Amino acid sequence: MTRAQMIAMLVVLSPVTAAPAFAQETPAPGSQAETYWDKDEFKASQDALKKEHGGGTNYMILADRFEYQSGEGSPALLLEGQGWWGTDENRLWIKSEIDYDLDTSSFEEAEVQALWSRPIARYFDLQAGVRHDFEPGPSRTYAVAGIQGLAPYWFEIDGAVFLSDEGDLSARLEAEYEFLLTQRLVLQPSTELNFAAEDVPELETGAGLSTAELGLRLRYEFDRQFAPYVGVNWKASTGETADFARARGEDTETLSFVTGIRVWF
Amino acid sequence: MLTRRNLLRTAAAGGLFAASSALLPAWARSATAGNKGIFEVSGNAFDLTVGHSAVEIGGLSGHAITINGTLPGPLIRFREGEKVTLKVTNTLDEDTSIHWHGLLVPFHMDGVPGVSFPGIKPKSTFTYEFAVPQSGTYWYHSHSGLQEQMGHYGPLIIDPAGTDPVQADREYVLVLSDWTFEHPHKVFSRLKKDAAVYNFQQRTAGDFLKDARENGLGATLADRASWGAMRMSPTDISDVTASVYTYLINGHATEDNWTAIFNSGERIRLRIINASAMTIFNFRIPGLPMTVVAADGLNVQPVETDEFQIGVAETYDVIVSPTRARPFALVAESIDRSGQVVATLAPEAGLVATAPLLRERPTLTHRDMGMDMASMDHGSMAGMDHGTMPGMDHGAMDMAAAVPQGHDHKMGVGVDNVAMVQVSRIDEPGLGLESVPHRALRYSQLRSLTPNPDTRAPGREMEIHLTGNMERYMWSFDGVKLSEVTGPILFHEGERLRVTLVNDTMMTHPIHLHGMFFDLVVGDTDHKPRKHTVIVKPAERLSFDVTADHVGDWAFHCHLLFHMHAGMMQVVSVLPRNAATGADDPHRDHTPSDTPVSDDPPPKEAPMTGMSHEGHR
Repeated sequence: MTRAQMIAMLVVLSPVTAAPAFAQETPAPGSQAETYWDKDEFKASQDALKKEHGGGTNYMILADRFEYQSGEGSPALLLEGQGWWGTDENRLWIKSEIDYDLDTSSFEEAEVQALWSRPIARYFDLQAGVRHDFEPGPSRTYAVAGIQGLAPYWFEIDGAVFLSDEGDLSARLEAEYEFLLTQRLVLQPSTELNFAAEDVPELETGAGLSTAELGLRLRYEFDRQFAPYVGVNWKASTGETADFARARGEDTETLSFVTGIRVWF
Repeated sequence: MLTRRNLLRTAAAGGLFAASSALLPAWARSATAGNKGIFEVSGNAFDLTVGHSAVEIGGLSGHAITINGTLPGPLIRFREGEKVTLKVTNTLDEDTSIHWHGLLVPFHMDGVPGVSFPGIKPKSTFTYEFAVPQSGTYWYHSHSGLQEQMGHYGPLIIDPAGTDPVQADREYVLVLSDWTFEHPHKVFSRLKKDAAVYNFQQRTAGDFLKDARENGLGATLADRASWGAMRMSPTDISDVTASVYTYLINGHATEDNWTAIFNSGERIRLRIINASAMTIFNFRIPGLPMTVVAADGLNVQPVETDEFQIGVAETYDVIVSPTRARPFALVAESIDRSGQVVATLAPEAGLVATAPLLRERPTLTHRDMGMDMASMDHGSMAGMDHGTMPGMDHGAMDMAAAVPQGHDHKMGVGVDNVAMVQVSRIDEPGLGLESVPHRALRYSQLRSLTPNPDTRAPGREMEIHLTGNMERYMWSFDGVKLSEVTGPILFHEGERLRVTLVNDTMMTHPIHLHGMFFDLVVGDTDHKPRKHTVIVKPAERLSFDVTADHVGDWAFHCHLLFHMHAGMMQVVSVLPRNAATGADDPHRDHTPSDTPVSDDPPPKEAPMTGMSHEGHR
């Protein structure tokens, strides 16, 4: 490097090296306290302040239905729950549905979903992830995309489409509503509809609306987090799904009386 | 009626609680424990220790974070202009801090971790030193985590250097607060999971039948449908209610019967401080008019009233002069009327005033939602779609109203509502007090005792929206939580500016600006009331003028603790005169070039531009 080149380089560098010195004299807006305290310590408290005011992580675990079903079909235990963990913006959302037949001591249905959930509207989250069914039939894994949230007039909505590892497409729509009879006595009608795009004989499912479920549960909230309930649940398979059921000698419709608890923490 | 037997019984009860109140500082003790309402000035050096304490609230024991072992903390009292030294020792395992609420301290002594200093580390001592040019009733509290909810607060009185224009024979400090036996992090976390978790005053099937009988089935269905369509509740008034709170006066629940004594004919000064975490109170003394003489520490021209709403962090000084020797009830009722706390003002210790019954809970209306279309074209409801609201853009100022309309704040998932019809509510006493059968204080009645120190017209105007999403329990300014902000709000040293707050939410928010008093725009007067905290009612458009004379960074937030915790906070950076202006100031373009700043409050009905006005008669 020639002497001239070195001088030229120094000239170029000098404003760059001078800049931090200038910044130290006039701290950035919002960081003016830096000049009074240990800079690193103050910076750490600034980061903590921001995180603490709106950036926190929360969780919820909800056993929406943990119930004993009896009636026309064989007695069963049902657990339908979900939980989430994360910030306002990004959450891991787990959903599960487990149906255990007490007569045959076997799982009629066992399904788990692991989803990433992100708010896309004031009252709705977009959810995407995977679902795995351990039962019924051969186990299946699905890709899931759905929305969950609060529709106008206070309907809780959860809708999702599923694409299985065998290429089968299906969908599910759930809706719930809550009538406050008193401040603690809540009547909750609910529905679940399952649809399939094509016949899947291994799963005994036919194309179109495959199953429909209607429920009516009356719970008493000792506090908002703990509520025992009683109710009725009607479940029906339709179309070719009903044919599969009939072929197996099963009822296509079952009406159950349910007793359970709803609990969250 | 008080019979002789009742008197004896209550005297015995008073003795029972004397044991617990002996632990309290003199100012907070009941008359039964020797408080005569006359204090001594305490000097100018204070040693304060923050630590864990067991406390007794309404006969139950709880765990608190206290200052010098008591809830509330000691009364800090010194004289205007004197230099004070406050040594704060933190015995906790976590950081703590003390913020001197309303005091004009140098900003690095303001006590907000991450804004004015790094906080007070565990097992360390921090020394605050300052002299302030003001007098009056103030308070102090933690600005770290949720410690304030656990008891980390106390009163602070600065006696004037000269003669106090307010003379009284006795004075009592009334620190109003809310206590929960649940850990505040658990309370917040429950709100995040279910925002209505503490609301046991919702509308039920019974209310529906009652309304249908009174207003007709069609009208009731239409009413329910309009709230349902918005997914909002008219009973959403307090996030945290008496279902989990015990309300306190000077650390005493109603059953503890805190008592102040008086002699008939005396002038008694009550210094009332709302040190709650989440509770806005209605304060009244049935049968005894109050003369308000100071608001937020500063003297106001005396105004007589029967009740006032006091936001979290506000203070009022009132004079009462009972002429009848009988017990009076000091009543602080939560704004949602889920509960109240009652203390006694009596001619002798041992009496119990009759507590009034809780009044019927108020409900919100479409006016609170910013949807009072009564005077507007009902066909324009299509404008409710936020994404397409033309009014959200700058520049469109076709309104004749003398206020800039329209604002460009973020419309993310954290904003569930925008007040379409913004109204000035400065002449209203507050939610639920519009229809009480007696006088209720309005901000518009307040006038500073002394002329305002700076009467320049504001050279710049800034509009800030209070925003939130109740279902998600997200709260913010201009749709941006503190965790997401990219830079502070900029003020420039020496400038006079007008800040207009617009409440887009359906909740009442007490908004606090650190480090400076602001002049509430209540009309064309040079005696505007000067405050550090102001209640902004649902759908309200409210303005204050402020002189940026204290260089530094200052916290600016909603004083409902969990709203602040959820993100409803910003930093106001007052830059020295010669500093370069920040390039990323989102408010720098808010100077209303064409709109003259007027001292009149905004018009009663100020619809946002972009709304259809054909059909407006």
